[in-house]
Amino acid sequence: MTKPEHRDIGFTLNGEEIRFSGTGTERLLDVLRYRLGLPGTKEGCGEGECGACTVHLDGVPVNSCLILVGQVRNRRVDTVESVAPEALVELHTSGATQCGACTPGVVMTARFVIDHPGLLERASVRQLMAGNLCRCTGYDGIIEGIAEALRQEETSP
Amino acid sequence: MKRREGLAKLMGREAYVDDLTVADCLWGATVRSSCARGRIREVRFGEGFDWGEFVVVDHRDLPGENVIALIETDQPVLAAEAVRHVHEAVVLLAHADRDLLRRAVEAVEVVVEEEPPIFDFRQPPEPAQIQHGNDNVFKELKIEKGDVDKALAKAPVVVEGVFTTGAQEHVYLETQGMLAWVEDGVVTVKGSMQCPYYVQKALKLALGREDHEVRVVQAPTGGGFGGKEEFPSGIALHAALLALKAGKPVKLIYERGEDMVATTKRHPSWIRHRTAVDTKGRLLAQDIEVVLDAGAYATLSSVVLSRAVIHAAGPYHCENVRIRGRAVLTNAVPFGAFRGFGAPQSLFACERQMDRIASELTLDPVRIRRRNLIRDGEETATGQVITDGTDRLKVLDRALELSSFQHKRRAYLDFNDTHPYLRRGVGLATFLHGAGFTGSGEVYLASEVHVAGLADGKVEVRTANTEMGQGTQTVFTQLVTDRLGLKAEDVVIAEPDTARVPDSGPTVASRTTMVVGGLIEKACDDLRRRLGLGNEERGEVLTAALALWHRQHPGEELLGTAHYEPPDGIHWDDANYRGEAYGAFAWATYVAAVEVDLRTYTARVLDFVAVQEIGKVLHEVLARGQIQGGVVQGIGWALLEDFRFKDGAMANGQLTNYIIPTSDDVPPIRVAFLENPYAHGAQGAKGIGELPMDGPAPAIVNAVAAATGADPCTIPLTPERMMSVLEAREVAR
Amino acid sequence: MTMLFPSDLEEACEMLAASDGKAVPLAGGTDLLVHWPQRFEDHGRTFLDLSQLAELRAIRWSDSALILGGGVTYWQTLGDRAVCDAFPLLEKAGRQVGAVQIQARGTWAGNIVNASPAADGVPVLMAYDAVVELVSTQGEEEIPLSEFYLGYKQMRRRPNQLVRAVRLPRRRHDVEVFEKIGPRRAQAITKLGFAATHSAAGWRVVANSMAPTVCRCRTLEGMLEHGSPIRRPEDLMPAIRQDVSPIDDIRSTAQYRQKVFSRTLFHALFSDEK
Repeated sequence: MTKPEHRDIGFTLNGEEIRFSGTGTERLLDVLRYRLGLPGTKEGCGEGECGACTVHLDGVPVNSCLILVGQVRNRRVDTVESVAPEALVELHTSGATQCGACTPGVVMTARFVIDHPGLLERASVRQLMAGNLCRCTGYDGIIEGIAEALRQEETSP
Repeated sequence: MKRREGLAKLMGREAYVDDLTVADCLWGATVRSSCARGRIREVRFGEGFDWGEFVVVDHRDLPGENVIALIETDQPVLAAEAVRHVHEAVVLLAHADRDLLRRAVEAVEVVVEEEPPIFDFRQPPEPAQIQHGNDNVFKELKIEKGDVDKALAKAPVVVEGVFTTGAQEHVYLETQGMLAWVEDGVVTVKGSMQCPYYVQKALKLALGREDHEVRVVQAPTGGGFGGKEEFPSGIALHAALLALKAGKPVKLIYERGEDMVATTKRHPSWIRHRTAVDTKGRLLAQDIEVVLDAGAYATLSSVVLSRAVIHAAGPYHCENVRIRGRAVLTNAVPFGAFRGFGAPQSLFACERQMDRIASELTLDPVRIRRRNLIRDGEETATGQVITDGTDRLKVLDRALELSSFQHKRRAYLDFNDTHPYLRRGVGLATFLHGAGFTGSGEVYLASEVHVAGLADGKVEVRTANTEMGQGTQTVFTQLVTDRLGLKAEDVVIAEPDTARVPDSGPTVASRTTMVVGGLIEKACDDLRRRLGLGNEERGEVLTAALALWHRQHPGEELLGTAHYEPPDGIHWDDANYRGEAYGAFAWATYVAAVEVDLRTYTARVLDFVAVQEIGKVLHEVLARGQIQGGVVQGIGWALLEDFRFKDGAMANGQLTNYIIPTSDDVPPIRVAFLENPYAHGAQGAKGIGELPMDGPAPAIVNAVAAATGADPCTIPLTPERMMSVLEAREVAR
Repeated sequence: MTMLFPSDLEEACEMLAASDGKAVPLAGGTDLLVHWPQRFEDHGRTFLDLSQLAELRAIRWSDSALILGGGVTYWQTLGDRAVCDAFPLLEKAGRQVGAVQIQARGTWAGNIVNASPAADGVPVLMAYDAVVELVSTQGEEEIPLSEFYLGYKQMRRRPNQLVRAVRLPRRRHDVEVFEKIGPRRAQAITKLGFAATHSAAGWRVVANSMAPTVCRCRTLEGMLEHGSPIRRPEDLMPAIRQDVSPIDDIRSTAQYRQKVFSRTLFHALFSDEK
């Protein structure tokens, strides 16, 4: 076995340049949670099925349990910690969160949908949210919150 | 009011147990049996590891009894001489390096001399398979009224049916997890749980410690659904044992696969109905047999069975009823608490049977329910006279109206005549669910609640009842603001911490709002009384009185308290299962419209309407969310969640292979409430959380039957099962 | 346990050659990284990260073909109207691979070389007569996708080769069908699926989760070419039995797979009412 090679890994995390030393073979999820002090991103399954670990990579939702941190060097990662409370009003009101364990992932995909309404020309909100399993809400609270946020975006100047 | 902790959850700031950082903390892990039943001969620690670096715990490290305290004392904390199911915990390890620890677990081998296991709960055991009593039956129950045999013998029509339901995994999105440490001689455990005092009781017995030597704190809990009712006691003990031996904090977090294979599930069931009816569909006799697979240890099976039999006759009036139930040991993973607690199983059978009777008599399924629904003044199977004044026909009618039931039925007939391969149908289920604990359960719990008046004018609600998503914090806050005229920010909900909060009972059985909420209201009144205020005094008057009291009593604590007192007229005979099984029932009718694709044998829910009478709706968004979430779990149980066993263990223990519904698998769940305030519930509320688990499966399967003319009686109704059911129909023709 | 970060495809080939083919090419990671903490045997390996090679991310057109770079994700093709219009099955299949999070990372080429019989991207590519362009320090090689697999998880890619691109000939198709039957509507592993096309090149019927590899169903194709009379789904069964050999596993049964294959294929191709 070759000796693990440590190197400098740098990427943009929630708008800030991050640098740390590692082999690059840790999961992005673990690095965020256990090395960089951002436990908002949750692990629900570790198999890319539940979406609780969703973050944005260059603006697109991805499962951070299926990415090695070396793969995000020089790229932009945004986590739930980057979302402003004002962007969550509709989801809060509609009952989009109950136990909260799936919620950070839901929020990251929901914000992506809300910020890219053009996606709805080819897919429904329910299809776009299918990568985020929720066991509490039955999804209605989530879907309604997104719909309301989309209405707000549409009517706001 | 919006969900109190909602924004923190949406922002990812709620700190669940795995989010807590603790200095010098070790990771814990569990070595499990790979054999379903046998004697432990040896535990081998493999080569390539310096085992001296690991904290290793086995049954010999238990200071107290090797028992997870619950109803029975049959389940060990760590298997000592024998194992009874695959994935039973045998040895614990801890180490600072989690990756190394994961490998180490694989390197420990539990050598077991196999004994004959039993996996089929419907078959009587061979002598060599007996592991409990002389027949492996953990619990038998019987409800009887009238003369069932006579009624069956002379009835014009008797309809028989056998119904089976599968196991179900909770899939709370946060897996089980515990953090344990020892501080000033006190063993402290913090983690994901529903019932801190259950955990404390288990810690005391197995660690041989007194109340003040163990402290249990609930961390924010990412879903429970019953799965964090009794199971956390074991994992808390595991973490505590490792922390005691290590002299360091230990965090024990289950990975998803481990959580799926090693934790409790919903009890699989086999239920037989023999129903005597007259030609107009009036029920003359119900003869019901309920058998539950309990798995390897007793857990809460006796109580689950109790709920199953109490609900088995449904919301109907019938003079002659016999319900026999038993919960049977197998060498499967122990089955335990899961939302609905036995009632979903027996109500599936009951409501499916009602449609089958209607079909046998060529009656309208609505009409047969209308004819038999219990009226005020009539009795349930246990002889409880219903006098709550709820118009159950109105609940039914509201559901029919909201779902356009009759219109859909006609339209679907035309659709089915013309479509090459899609078949649509609409089905309903009418049911009840007892609110809170059964019979005298609350008396035994003797719950206590404190509402503390603080010097800064705020009040603090101290209960052991936990938030796991259902909205406890929000509802408790609302009850206090309504009662005392305070603002939400002036109400503090205490962290459930056995060192600070009284035992207000477990967070289960939809009792939290109804029972504990009622106690909070009383404790608020008591607080006012202690301040010398009348019950009409609110808001600023109260705040000022609090400030004054604290100036006059520096350093003292002001507590309003309340203890549970049973309402009058509740008499329950636990030996004969007669009397008032519950203080109140919630009533519901659910309607499902489904589409069956004859190409793929797949059923899809097109529309779902859930109408229920729950006393009083305290918080519309929370209540609706509970129903919608429960219904979707019910849809999963009915159609998707096919729990596969291999040697009693879960063979599909990954989210890739155990399929729960996504947002794209379910329609919007349309919810409506009727209100008829319950005198003994907080603001008139009855239980709500378990109700939505009961109705979906029968409504959906009834709709499939209506769509296809087939007679499915087994869930989950997976496409593979649908294929054989539809083929059976073709043969029958 | 280490990672290699090539700066271009040429360097990637050199690194792979230097590792004697032992380095594991890693693109989206949606297969290789599932349950990563428990994949002890993989932790000691060297991974060659391809996810950042810009030249692999390109979608190009030639006069005769669509050329998907080896690192093109489902999400890229879903966002490319020209691709979706010319090859509608790529959109149909792409939308059914996992959900957005997986589509954003998973690559068409990765789906090919993961060599799973359940691969959702492969049937449509094969039904479009895709050609796999492989490259190594030794040179280039092209293999038709329909000849790429040798057996369960066995393929003709050699360990020192990388997928440079997947090439799809531009043709006019009068039939383009894709069906994925999974345990639920979204985000599911396929129980069975198929893609079928018809063009001047003839019929292509490709099934997944029905045999040790994704495969063309030559008997079915022959029936279609000859216009054999098909009146009921059952008429397809003899050919299906010749072409595929489904099994009972954790996800479904052989009987269900065969029967539903016949029924969905029949309704897709022969039923008058659609």
